Amino acid sequence: MASAEVALKHTHVEKKKKVSERYWQGSGEEKKDEAPGGSHVPGDQPAPLGSQTNQQTRASEKKKKYKAAERHGKKAITRKPDPFPGSAPVPEEKRLKFRRKMKIDQLPQHLTKLRRVVASSQAESEITEKESARHDQLLLQEDAGFLEGDEDEDTCTISQEDIADAVDITAGAKYFNLNLSQFGPYRLDYSKTGRQLLLGGRRGHVACLDWQTKQLLCEINVMETVNDVKWLHSEAMYAVAQKKWLYIYDSSGIELHCIRKFNDVLRMQFLPYHFLLATASATGFLQYLDVSVGKEVAAVGTKAGRLDVMCQNPQNAIIHLGHSNGTVTLWSPNQKEAIVKMLCHHGGVRSVAVDKTGTYMVTSGMDKKLKVFDLRSFKPFQSYFLPAGASSLALSHRGLLSAATGDIVQVYRDVWNTPVKKPYMAHKVHGAVWGLHFCPYEDVLGVGHGEGFTSMLVPGAGEPNFDGLDSNPYRSAKQRQEWEVKALLEKIQPELISLDPGKLSQVDYATFKQKHQDKVKVLGYDPLARDKFKPRMRKKGRSSTGGVIRRKNQVAHEDKREIIITTLKEKAESAKERKKNNNGQTSAVQRSALDRFKKRAAP
Amino acid sequence: MKVKVLSRNPDDYVRETKYDIQRVPRNYDPTLNPFEVPREYTRAMNATKLERVLAKPFLASLDGHRDAVNCMAKHSTSLSTLLSGACDGEVKVWNLTKHNCVRTIQAHEGFVRGMVVRFCGTSFYSIGDDKTIKQWNMEAPGYGVEEEPINTILGKTVFTGLDHHQKNGTFATCGQTVDIWDEQRSTPIRSFSWGVESFSSVRFNPVETELLASCASDRSIVLYDMRESMPLKKVIMTMRSNTLSWNPMEAFYFTCANEDYNLYTYDMRYLEKPVTVHMDHVSAVLDVDYSPTGREFVSASFDKSIRIFPKENRNSREVYHTKRMQHVVCVKWSADNKYVMSGSDEMNIRLWKANAAEKLGVLSHREKLAANYNQKLKEKFQYHPKVKRIARHRHLPKHIFTEAKEHTVMREARRRKESNVRKHSKPGAVPMLSEREKHVVAVVK
Repeated sequence: MASAEVALKHTHVEKKKKVSERYWQGSGEEKKDEAPGGSHVPGDQPAPLGSQTNQQTRASEKKKKYKAAERHGKKAITRKPDPFPGSAPVPEEKRLKFRRKMKIDQLPQHLTKLRRVVASSQAESEITEKESARHDQLLLQEDAGFLEGDEDEDTCTISQEDIADAVDITAGAKYFNLNLSQFGPYRLDYSKTGRQLLLGGRRGHVACLDWQTKQLLCEINVMETVNDVKWLHSEAMYAVAQKKWLYIYDSSGIELHCIRKFNDVLRMQFLPYHFLLATASATGFLQYLDVSVGKEVAAVGTKAGRLDVMCQNPQNAIIHLGHSNGTVTLWSPNQKEAIVKMLCHHGGVRSVAVDKTGTYMVTSGMDKKLKVFDLRSFKPFQSYFLPAGASSLALSHRGLLSAATGDIVQVYRDVWNTPVKKPYMAHKVHGAVWGLHFCPYEDVLGVGHGEGFTSMLVPGAGEPNFDGLDSNPYRSAKQRQEWEVKALLEKIQPELISLDPGKLSQVDYATFKQKHQDKVKVLGYDPLARDKFKPRMRKKGRSSTGGVIRRKNQVAHEDKREIIITTLKEKAESAKERKKNNNGQTSAVQRSALDRFKKRAAP
Repeated sequence: MKVKVLSRNPDDYVRETKYDIQRVPRNYDPTLNPFEVPREYTRAMNATKLERVLAKPFLASLDGHRDAVNCMAKHSTSLSTLLSGACDGEVKVWNLTKHNCVRTIQAHEGFVRGMVVRFCGTSFYSIGDDKTIKQWNMEAPGYGVEEEPINTILGKTVFTGLDHHQKNGTFATCGQTVDIWDEQRSTPIRSFSWGVESFSSVRFNPVETELLASCASDRSIVLYDMRESMPLKKVIMTMRSNTLSWNPMEAFYFTCANEDYNLYTYDMRYLEKPVTVHMDHVSAVLDVDYSPTGREFVSASFDKSIRIFPKENRNSREVYHTKRMQHVVCVKWSADNKYVMSGSDEMNIRLWKANAAEKLGVLSHREKLAANYNQKLKEKFQYHPKVKRIARHRHLPKHIFTEAKEHTVMREARRRKESNVRKHSKPGAVPMLSEREKHVVAVVK
């Protein structure tokens, strides 16, 4: 019974009298300490978030308000204050991602107007930085994929079938093989949104399909060797580099153009913001085709032989070419010479890839090495030795590197930061790998090989959150049309391709000399140069040779006059100074008569 | 083994029904949106080009006067009403929205020299060459009733300028003297003169309402305080000023339209040199009026064009002209900051947009956003040479173009001569004078 009574004492009836404690009110002890005082001032509660000083100032402000209200004879309405006042704080490291440039704080005092403009624009950019960081923190829907092994289990030993079994059915369906042994090996390309897949078999088979629904859009045989295939800006058109010429087809397989100016193309890259199709040919030419107007923008003879290694830097639209002598060269359509030449390998370069941020370049060569370069300083970061050497490379949005060695596809993680010991994933396909491509915004790696095509699951490869205005995999036809118009309107001119695309917004500190040189170039003469004095023609024999010379001589000293005046002034000043010094000296040491024969010290 | 592979639910990314708006998930990661500067530059370029394409400032021409338009007055309370006086003594009241004349009065014999609407908007004053000041009712008389002024004052001399006090029933006229009148009396309560001169224009300060400024024919601008018996001070310039206008927001600034083709913005407190010299016209400037925001003003010139100047800039941002427009005598900036009205010698009043490329009418929210964004872009890239070239380009009539060229040559020659004189004189004998210092002769207090 006693136990029952004890139990009765702890019934909910009694408990309910006590105000339920909220998690922001701190520990129970503090509460007890406060309770006897009885005077509970709102705003004095311990702050769970935010800096202490900030909180204190807030509290004092509130107190002031209350006091002011009392003074006016009103009774302050007590209500629970907001436990988390203001907007949620954004950590500094999150904001760093959206920081555009360094602050300007050293502006001369007299430029008041400019200082005001700069200050206001900086304040604005700070707000946007904060807001985008907050958006990043709260509103992104998806998380990235991952793969973790159990204890003593290497992730690279996990087979594709196991992964496909373990994940949900829609994701599992993204692992599949296409057995196309007849026209292989295959090159491939994913469209910018990642929805469509384009396959090009070496022996002429070209197919494009919506790979997620496995719906075939078109399938043709061009009855010719196919070197490379590439989607253009939308999924309505693609380019095929065939044996002789470059062809453009639409998504139903109708030949739209045969471009005879582009011959023997081996590799292609599409620059989506410039609407440029860059092609590298067997004759050593790098050509740019503007697909919006159908004109060749630039043709650069690289003088480096057959060009079959090519990639683009997605941050600045520079084309990287790998050569058989081990160099990698960087090109823009505006320059006939390579912007940068880097010796990367002993022996030829087999493949090049640049990451999404444009910071790292990964190359593989005939010397069986895989190297990571920093594109800011053009210096090597890491160097790996792969026993079989990598024939093709691909980098995913989140920085996963896939390297094909023979018929094995290996995926590495974090190749640039720390030396990697073993691959993250590995998969064996049938036949030698011919093309590798990570699908944008999906955890999928497409592998084209001798026996067809394999779509591999690589958890953590794809960017989980796409930007709907840039490339939206779920866009409707209407949205696509609107995007296309907008994209064409803001097509970047090829002249703006350079190593640093942000250069345009920086202050161009042209020196006076540069400005003057430019002016001379534009005008064709030097506006600051003094024209030579030309005596006017005079009549009645006053323009005789002697007279002309006399008149010229009258003016000739004009030019010298200024110089003479200044030098005289200087001389006088220096003489004065010398006199001063001499006076000091004479007082100290008497000049002897023989001093005049002394050798004078050099002035 | 723990594994997660990206697998999106399409329901999160597509709209539920076709009546919804499309979902557009955003990710502001800079690496997903590369080339932001070149793309912005391209957008700015497009915006600048579009602005030039859409720059159609001319709205309407109001015709009906039978002689040159000599003066105009804005209605103080109604945006759509404009009053104009012509050289044949006719006053017309216009409805600007309907572009028609609603009332015609034969007010004076000879020129109508000036008009002003009383601050309450119920009546207006006009002065003419017949030495009279007439007060008229703003309401038109009933059908069949003759137009009669409420009040007529016969003065001793010809009046040339008129302005009304902002708050009470006094007004100022100028002629041989500057007179302050009480509305109830038929003689001036005060008259100012400073030497023998005649005045061309008088204006009340819109903020310090007791202050006045007037332009005199002896090349001076005189400031008065209505409460005192003597003028405050005057600045004498190299040439005569025709009219002046006070900045309505920073009312210590005023701008005067000068005969030497320039406009001068003065700070009332420091008349020693003007704050800015505005030079672009190629003939005498006849009238000037500030925008209600006080950031810009419009000037009318004898060179058959009107120009809009930002208040702190040396050069104009806009020039308006048409083939048919002759010497522009008077100009007004509408009180809603959207329109400019100009009256010219060939009897027409023209209605212009103050911002040539602005879209009129009600804008949707998205239109407003786009306009603001484009404006900001244009601002950001305004100094890039290609953008600047497009933004600055204006077509000019041949006579203005050639004369402007001529003036640059003349200015250069004058500069060269001065430097030659300086070179051959005693150092310091010919001082370097800035453009602002050149045109002020003296300040008298």
